[in-house]
Amino acid sequence: MKIPPKLRRIRALVSKETRQIVRDPSSIAIGAVLPLILILLFGYGLSLDVKNVPIALVIEMPTPEALDFAAGFELSPYFHPWVTRSMPAAQQALLEHRIDGIVRIAADFSRHIAAGDAQVQLIVHGGDANRARIIEGYVQGVAGVWSARRAAEGGAGAVPLVSVESRLWFNEANDSSYFLVPGLVVLVMTLIGGLLTAMVMAREWERGTLESLLVTPVRTEEILLGKTLPYFALALFGFVLCVLSAKFLFHVPLRGSMWVLFGASMLYVLIALGIGLLISSWVRNQLVASQLTMLVTFMPAFMLSGFLFDLRSMPALVRALTYVLPARYYVALLQSVFLAGDVWSVIVPNTLALTAMAAALFLASRAVMRKSLE
Amino acid sequence: MSALLGSLLRIAALTRKELLAVLKDRRSRLSLLIPPVVQALVFGYAATYDLNHVTYAVLDQDHSAASRQLLAGLDGSGVFERVADLTRASDIQALIDSRRALLVLQISPLFERQLQSGHGATVQLIADGRNSNTAGTAMAYVSGIVDAFALRWGADHHFDPPPLRIVTRAWYNPNLETRWFMIPGMIGTLTLIQTMMLTAMSVAREREQGTFDQLLVTPFRPFEIMVGKALPSMVVGTIQAGGVLLVAQLWFRIPFAGSYATLGAGLLLFLLAAIGIGLLISSVAATMQQAMLYSMLLIMPFSLLSGLTTPLSSMPRAVQYLTAVNPLRYAIDITRRVYLEGAGLGLLMSDLVPLALISALTLTAAAWMFSHRMQ
Repeated sequence: MKIPPKLRRIRALVSKETRQIVRDPSSIAIGAVLPLILILLFGYGLSLDVKNVPIALVIEMPTPEALDFAAGFELSPYFHPWVTRSMPAAQQALLEHRIDGIVRIAADFSRHIAAGDAQVQLIVHGGDANRARIIEGYVQGVAGVWSARRAAEGGAGAVPLVSVESRLWFNEANDSSYFLVPGLVVLVMTLIGGLLTAMVMAREWERGTLESLLVTPVRTEEILLGKTLPYFALALFGFVLCVLSAKFLFHVPLRGSMWVLFGASMLYVLIALGIGLLISSWVRNQLVASQLTMLVTFMPAFMLSGFLFDLRSMPALVRALTYVLPARYYVALLQSVFLAGDVWSVIVPNTLALTAMAAALFLASRAVMRKSLE
Repeated sequence: MSALLGSLLRIAALTRKELLAVLKDRRSRLSLLIPPVVQALVFGYAATYDLNHVTYAVLDQDHSAASRQLLAGLDGSGVFERVADLTRASDIQALIDSRRALLVLQISPLFERQLQSGHGATVQLIADGRNSNTAGTAMAYVSGIVDAFALRWGADHHFDPPPLRIVTRAWYNPNLETRWFMIPGMIGTLTLIQTMMLTAMSVAREREQGTFDQLLVTPFRPFEIMVGKALPSMVVGTIQAGGVLLVAQLWFRIPFAGSYATLGAGLLLFLLAAIGIGLLISSVAATMQQAMLYSMLLIMPFSLLSGLTTPLSSMPRAVQYLTAVNPLRYAIDITRRVYLEGAGLGLLMSDLVPLALISALTLTAAAWMFSHRMQ
């Protein structure tokens, strides 16, 4: 059987590139070892769950009511209280970051409880505002439980007029790794994909080997394909490792279907590789290419993709910027496919956006390369 | 004396050559100076856990004066945008699934009657937990508004006020704005990436292009070559850090509570540690690709496990121990404490000492590697 020359040329390029990968272990390290290390380190390391908060419980007068109220903190899994009578000592501890907050039960607590107008002072370290708000919520919770219990026992407590019964869909246990781990997969794939190709093309330009490739009958898009395919396989291998660890190590549920997950991810890997190709054929310098890849892939995917920070709360200008970021669509896809299942109203528009981006990147890389050849 | 002078002159010459190599090319000049400032601006707006736009839908089965008053509280907060008024509970699923609404508030037909009975009413709140942190914050906002409503409604209908109130005060950041926490933390983060990579790649580039051997036949001593490689990165890092600091103060107007000298001392020590790590990488790496791979292997964990976005105290103990070698962790703590709390050198010892140790260790190791690989 006769193979068309176009395919033969691509096959030759692919086999040349594959040989190069096998001989230089650093590409394999980027494609397979790096994702595994990163997902393990971050999967275990990153968490927004707040537990065992070290707080000072300042009980100025140990009356039965004050001790009863304080017991709520000692029993709570969210707090790790340190009981003291001295407010200055507690403030010093807060200054030195040994505790995250102070709950102060004043000397006249019992009298005010009897009169029905008691106040408990909470001082939180406002530095980490997110954590401070969570701690405040926990303290409110302890106080609410105490009031309701006193009311039930016929004391001077009260049931709240309105209580909110909350349900967190897709993540009933409120485990932050459920949304962090799929987001991390996005971060890792973005970085891996971009880096794999960015260095390769820039290196060929620097060494002048690309020019020698050009005097052969190979065409621009064939070079692009020949460069992309082997790294595509390598990056996909890294992706499989990430998904396996998400499912079996971090126990993130995979509620959507496998083929949606893989389809979307293949598309995204293509885009990540394409960004690397485009950057490196544009700057043709390994130093600048690697810095630029790092800048336009890792940090934006970290900050602007909706992985951590809510997109709807960003100012319009910054939000507009996120629309050109492929990671934004991939984060939406992965969070839905992992946690919510096959939600077509999410999958279809995001996949379409990714497809358009992949096509645009390929065309742009071809144009940039053609132009730099002339 | 003349030996010292000669050494200094040689270092100055090498530094000049290195700075020229980095800054001569317009693209590489721009790639070093523009990104930190642009990133600080964009990420400064993006990196916040505070919500100012929450989409929600309501299933009001009560249609009473009380339920209308509660919803008016939500709509008037400036944060919540009502995207739908539902009539059936079966519509909730589609609305949440498609991410059109982050929250759905369900008010039962008995709401007002339960309120009047004094035994307490309940409202149901369903949140999209795909980002459970955002959902949690939004739910806390709703709870705050519901509490405010209950207080006012109770007062209007002659109920006793709740017997116990929590009065919260937040030190150093009275309005609990995440931005105040994030942006000072970025001074170190945005500087680290390029300072470390620049140092790591500069030696690797000379190796790959063969100019490193040429450098070795000159009268430079290994120590001088090392200083000559470190100083330009130090200059670049200082300028970058200054740029981000200016953005924090002049653009985002976050009040600076501490002393510039303290912050400067802390940041210089941090840059030294970052450069030390970069030099160590460059003494190990044979090619630029390897240098980049090693830098990347360190930069990603350094920046993610630094306490910038997720607190160190939420990490498992083993990971917390690992972060002891992360210079960025200390830099972020220093900038935040100097910036927001006005901490002095005395309170910062727990950060400064490890940074000094990291710098001393990495620089010594790099110097040793250089002199041994050169012979």
